[in-house]
Amino acid sequence: MKKYQCLACTYVYDPEVGDPENGVEPGTAFEDLPDDWVCPQCGVGKDMFEEIA
Amino acid sequence: MADSFRAVKVTDHVYWVGAIDWGIRDFHGYATHRGSTYNAYLVVGEKTALIDTVKAPFVEELLARIGTVVPPERIDYVVSNHAEMDHSGGLPAVIAAIRPEQVFASTMGVKALREHFRLGREVTAMKDGESLRLGNLTLSFVEARMLHWPDSMMTYLAEDKTLLSNDAFGMHLASSERFADEIEDGVLAEEAAKYYANILLPLSPLVGRLLEKVGKLGIEIEMIAPSHGPIWRREVEKPVGWYAKWAAGETSNKAVVMYDTMWQSTATMARAIAEGIAAGGASAKMMPLRAAHRSDVATELLDAGALVIGSPTLNNGVFPTVADALSYLKGLKPRGLIGAAFGSYGWSGEAVGQIEEAMEAMKVELVGEGIKVKYVPDEESLSRCLSAGRGIAERLSAKAQGRGDSGLRGAG
Repeated sequence: MKKYQCLACTYVYDPEVGDPENGVEPGTAFEDLPDDWVCPQCGVGKDMFEEIA
Repeated sequence: MADSFRAVKVTDHVYWVGAIDWGIRDFHGYATHRGSTYNAYLVVGEKTALIDTVKAPFVEELLARIGTVVPPERIDYVVSNHAEMDHSGGLPAVIAAIRPEQVFASTMGVKALREHFRLGREVTAMKDGESLRLGNLTLSFVEARMLHWPDSMMTYLAEDKTLLSNDAFGMHLASSERFADEIEDGVLAEEAAKYYANILLPLSPLVGRLLEKVGKLGIEIEMIAPSHGPIWRREVEKPVGWYAKWAAGETSNKAVVMYDTMWQSTATMARAIAEGIAAGGASAKMMPLRAAHRSDVATELLDAGALVIGSPTLNNGVFPTVADALSYLKGLKPRGLIGAAFGSYGWSGEAVGQIEEAMEAMKVELVGEGIKVKYVPDEESLSRCLSAGRGIAERLSAKAQGRGDSGLRGAG
């Protein structure tokens, strides 16, 4: 599963880790995050994330 | 103080009650050559709201100005659009002085204020699009996350078609005049560009989206009242147009050459490169770093197409002023640049390679090999510098010709 990075603050969403503090289980692909999920570090929306190698 | 500092009427219901900081020249590492202002606004309807405060040492000035409109304790609500201390530093003292019924901030702002101050009272979160009634007036809140902090928010007063935009559309400029139309155009353009380059550039992709979002809200904006610098009471399309242009990353055929020198060798190389750039038909902006501030380099880079960096090697590394500017520019994430590195050295000569590595990390496309000269450049080395300058200029004009498809650095 691909990692995604926030363009605004550089936070990296790692699907293996998920975002448990905000109710996202480890193993959740970025594509499967709810539409209203926001960057846990700076609060911008999913559309501000870019796939990283 | 009570009678000396007065409010300035902005609209039928809005008063400027901020503070002018004539003496500030270093704003967290940004050289504010013309000082700054911390703009706070009083919105007076059937209920009264204060939008933002000022930097802590200016609280008395704020309260004095408020007092010329209403007694401060009559203020019902305080809105904090942004938790950064140039706007929130006065908040604890203001709350203590006026004891407002409620204090509002964005959702992220509530957290940020908690992490700054011990206010000892509740701050109510306002979600994006929520409104606050002041009896006959309505304040609406527009979140502007990461423009330029997670908590950033704007407040819109529909009845007066006025956007209290906080840091967006602001500039560091101290003046007796409160309105942009009273100030020289060149000064406005320069200071607005400097503010964008030094504060908003890394967030350019978000700026385009925010402009789109505000456009879609279908709200009419006749006046923009930012938190620094003058108020746009007419021609609001001017600063909005600038932001659209800067967010799109349009560049010119300008090359910024920033450098420092120990015994004039690197400076001589820089001058030869600048000659080459000019001979090739482009424009060279020389920024000798012991004279030019890092934040002025950033401003020049805003519409530049190339960044050329020169440094002597000092004790196996990049010269400190160059490392400083490089670290600063890296954080601003300029996009779509071509570039090159050069420098003189005595024995080991690592600086040029280290700069090239840093430029690659910044996604600057390197043109040609870095130029290293041992001790003092001779005629042959200077002619290499000259042709490197020409090479940069040629690439810039090729870029300008191809602008139809790839000139915009892209807002996504």
